[in-house]
Amino acid sequence: MTVEIEDVVRRFGATAALEGVSLSLRAGEFVALLGPSGSGKTTLLRILAGLDFPDSGRVCIAGADVAQVPARRRGVGVVFQSYALFRHMTVFENVAFGLRVRPRRFRPGNADILRRVRELLELVQIPELAQRYPDQVSGGQRQRVALARALAIEPQLLLLDEPFGALDALVRKDVRRWLRGLHERLGITSLLITHDQEEAMELADRVAILERGRVVQFDTPSAVTTRPATPFVAGFLGDATRLEGHVAEGLLRLPRLPQALLRVALADGPATVFLRPRDVAVTPANGDVADAIIRHASAAPDAHTRCVVEVNGVQLDAVATDGAGCMVRGAACMVTIRGALVFAAVGPGMMAEAVPAGSGLRQ
Amino acid sequence: MSSLGQRADEDSVLVRWGLVAASLALAVVIFLLPLAAVFTEALRRGVAPALSAILEEDAQAAMGLTLLVAAIAVPVNTVGGLAAAWAIAKFDFAGKRLLITLIELPFSVSPVISGLVYVLLFGAQGYFGPWLRAHDIQIIFALPGLVLATIFVTFPFVARTLVPLMQEQGRGEEEAAATLGAGGWQIFRRITLPNVRWALISGVLLCNARAMGEFGAVSVVSGHIRGQTNTLPLHVEILYNEYMFVGAFAVASLLALLGLVTLAAKALLEAFAGRRVRAAA
Repeated sequence: MTVEIEDVVRRFGATAALEGVSLSLRAGEFVALLGPSGSGKTTLLRILAGLDFPDSGRVCIAGADVAQVPARRRGVGVVFQSYALFRHMTVFENVAFGLRVRPRRFRPGNADILRRVRELLELVQIPELAQRYPDQVSGGQRQRVALARALAIEPQLLLLDEPFGALDALVRKDVRRWLRGLHERLGITSLLITHDQEEAMELADRVAILERGRVVQFDTPSAVTTRPATPFVAGFLGDATRLEGHVAEGLLRLPRLPQALLRVALADGPATVFLRPRDVAVTPANGDVADAIIRHASAAPDAHTRCVVEVNGVQLDAVATDGAGCMVRGAACMVTIRGALVFAAVGPGMMAEAVPAGSGLRQ
Repeated sequence: MSSLGQRADEDSVLVRWGLVAASLALAVVIFLLPLAAVFTEALRRGVAPALSAILEEDAQAAMGLTLLVAAIAVPVNTVGGLAAAWAIAKFDFAGKRLLITLIELPFSVSPVISGLVYVLLFGAQGYFGPWLRAHDIQIIFALPGLVLATIFVTFPFVARTLVPLMQEQGRGEEEAAATLGAGGWQIFRRITLPNVRWALISGVLLCNARAMGEFGAVSVVSGHIRGQTNTLPLHVEILYNEYMFVGAFAVASLLALLGLVTLAAKALLEAFAGRRVRAAA
């Protein structure tokens, strides 16, 4: 089912939670709504669910304007952040709820309900928990109950509000893949609300990035990562280090990192510069020549080890390559800035490239 | 210094036992002794005089009236308290703080004053007195006055028990139910009510105990007409003032028993609710 959100505004007193949000979801698409807390994500979810209503703007689900449609008639499945399971009902009754409260004409018989709930519990792989109460199952299982309950009403749109927030890191990764697999099977248009960029990138077909009540970029994960539209997006994605720089005659200089010299196609003037881990190459100290210190190295056993290096008092997230994986905290090393993402006062980000050594431009 | 090496709670054993002993002693002196005295005084001349005091015509009428007043006031306050608690816990509206404060009013104002207010409003010399008399409606010195005063005094019990619980439970489950297709009444009956049922029953029991035992407000609006507007607590006072101590204490025992039954029911409920929660944990 398609979803069209057009210029939706929602204010709470003097503060605007949404300032003209427009988004359109294709049928069967998995979209992540990514933003820091306070960016209006949950407000948008509540408006889609019918739990809140916009001050202005239009929301269409499957082509129909839902402005006058209350939550209970929308057929939108919601997995709440805290799951909001019915604590006095068994897992079975939680899942059956959406079927039991249907108007009598549309209500399935008891045998039918039994069969449907069993199917759903099989689908979310917890058939053995049917007779337990919500406080008798683990966090991950609760999330599955919440999902089965939302799916029971055969929703045309599924909203997931930070569904992994309450899970520990190990479970989270598994559940994420499982959920994506489930989406491929069911094909329900889904909107995931999250502040975790890794989660958004892994799960979504497209990612909408929300900043203070506005969508600043809506694109595929790879486009959002490689071509962030604003400094905010660049800063929010990845572990980029933000620095102030200056562009003169096509060359970018960073006052805090004088050794970096980058070429960029921007007009002269001040610039906001983002150094992403892959822009910072770390190599072991060459004899006595070293310009940085490893402050932190992650123990990931692959070829590219993530680390934090300190150069001239600036801490950078970096990727240590080629034998630098064995470097430990406090070790001296060499840092090369290979590239950067540069924003002028206005306009989208530009990639900057390192000027090769010996090109005559180096001092 | 050995005392420095001691665990923080080790040297507090004496303090702990001291506190327990003191509160137990206080409970015995303040709660248990008077209660025991009531029953002892009632049975001072044996069971027969006590029984006859209870079975006497005016006492029976007072008991009937007390039960009738409670039978009206308690359901009214149950519905009103539920509605108020639901509104406070689940919705935001202008005047919410005022409503919360108003609910506490009967607890903070002397019952005698609340009784007097009704006399001022509905009494013969009151604001609505002439109009009521013209239409032959009797509120003060009659059942409606007793019921009104009782409702006023006992209103907070249900609301006050429910508000904190409902606030703590939040609106999450109700909202989830709404997205699943449940209407307002279905949400109330299937989600809200079951979630507060133990607290609700406990609040109703306390409300009932107070409704049957209320003296101050009821005393002002009753007029003390024997066999007509006398409730049990007022009957106790009359008997006592007439030096009929055995009768007074016998009827008082009846009231005290009602209170004890309420307490026992509440304790049982809590034990049952607690077991259900532990079993679920």
